Amino acid sequence: MTQAAVSRRLNWRIGTVTGIRAETPSIRTLVLDVPDWPGHLAGQHIDVRLTAPDGYQAQRSYSIGSAWSSPPGTVELTVQRLDDGEVSPYLTDTVEVGDQVELRGPVGGWFVWRETQTPPVLLIGGGSGVVPLMAMIRQRSLAKATQPFRLIYSVRTPEDVCYAQELRDRVRDEAGLDVRFVYTRKAPEGWAEPPKRIDAATLNTYGWPPEFMAETFVCGPTSFVETTADILIALGHDARRIRTERFGGK
Amino acid sequence: MNMLDGNALAGDLDDIFTVDVTTARFVCATCGHSGAMATLRLFGRTPASVARCPSCTEVVLCLVKADGRVFLDTRGIARLELPMSGA
Ligand SMILES: Cc1cc2nc3c(=O)[nH]c(=O)nc-3n(C[C@H](O)[C@H](O)[C@H](O)COP(=O)(O)OP(=O)(O)OC[C@H]3O[C@@H](n4cnc5c(N)ncnc54)[C@H](O)[C@@H]3O)c2cc1C
Ligand SMILES: [Zn+2]
Repeated sequence: MTQAAVSRRLNWRIGTVTGIRAETPSIRTLVLDVPDWPGHLAGQHIDVRLTAPDGYQAQRSYSIGSAWSSPPGTVELTVQRLDDGEVSPYLTDTVEVGDQVELRGPVGGWFVWRETQTPPVLLIGGGSGVVPLMAMIRQRSLAKATQPFRLIYSVRTPEDVCYAQELRDRVRDEAGLDVRFVYTRKAPEGWAEPPKRIDAATLNTYGWPPEFMAETFVCGPTSFVETTADILIALGHDARRIRTERFGGK
Repeated sequence: MNMLDGNALAGDLDDIFTVDVTTARFVCATCGHSGAMATLRLFGRTPASVARCPSCTEVVLCLVKADGRVFLDTRGIARLELPMSGA
């Protein structure tokens, strides 16, 4: 194999944690400084690799939550702790500012939004599935884009809302952006609906009608993504305009 | 079963190819279904993953890493379609 072919291969890089933000009791954002970061598109992800002293390795994907890029060379990951998980508790509980994390990316060019796409955008996220959708919201703002954006965000309880303050501020300040929450376990005081999972009524009422030909992005636990995509198609949405990303789980 | 999709293969495929294959369209060798590689249903995770057709559930691609090598079985793909560079 020629040297050129070898050197084109995707390399693992070292990111240094420069900041940590607690988003909810079980979700943390890590700000990573990655030298020679080439930039990324909203919706892309990276792969993280942990190596134990005995050489055992575990690899997981994490969406990039930040828009590209201010300041250059930083990448933000937002990780939800799964108590019985192998990798996520390390990222949410153990990693400290100054620690190094091995990663490769940005990767994945399909579940992405570019500001040059003109249709309205419907974002539907369950739990940590909001992370790549937040990158799209931030990118829209950074690019001063005006396409209507609507986020339908399914969470267990009000305490589980990630980026809560930022979402409130953006909805107030950025014309054409709105957010609808769906609470699956506990709704806030005075909420009109009892807690429930996302269903056809929710998507019919708060999503956009199929005639809007929205670019639709659905992300979250695998069962959430499948249910949501099935409902959208049943409601008459064009399957070719629905992009899905499954985070795993049941 | 912790099922993912073809998006999660992006890193492992980028390590082999010079273009992002998850955006390529595949034609399933079993049923003729066509879609983006990102829409494949992915079972297992590195070092051994199996991607199945979302339409007929037959195996489209297997990726296995062992002994410092990567093995890619693509017999379930009848055709891949990608934009040409510069196009
Ligand atoms: C493209 C992509 C992007 C992702 N982006 C993010 C992100 O931005 N933030 C984030 O927190 N996670 C994200 N994930 C999920 C992440 O890769 C890991 O799967 C997750 O952190 C769990 O890893 P773990 O090692 O802690 O758990 P594991 O040890 O892998 O699993 C522990 C248990 O939890 C179950 N499980 C695994 N994944 C999930 C899940 N997603 N939801 C519920 N149960 C699960 C398993 O079946 C198992 O029973 C993404 C996944 C993909 C494929
Ligand atoms: Zn098929």
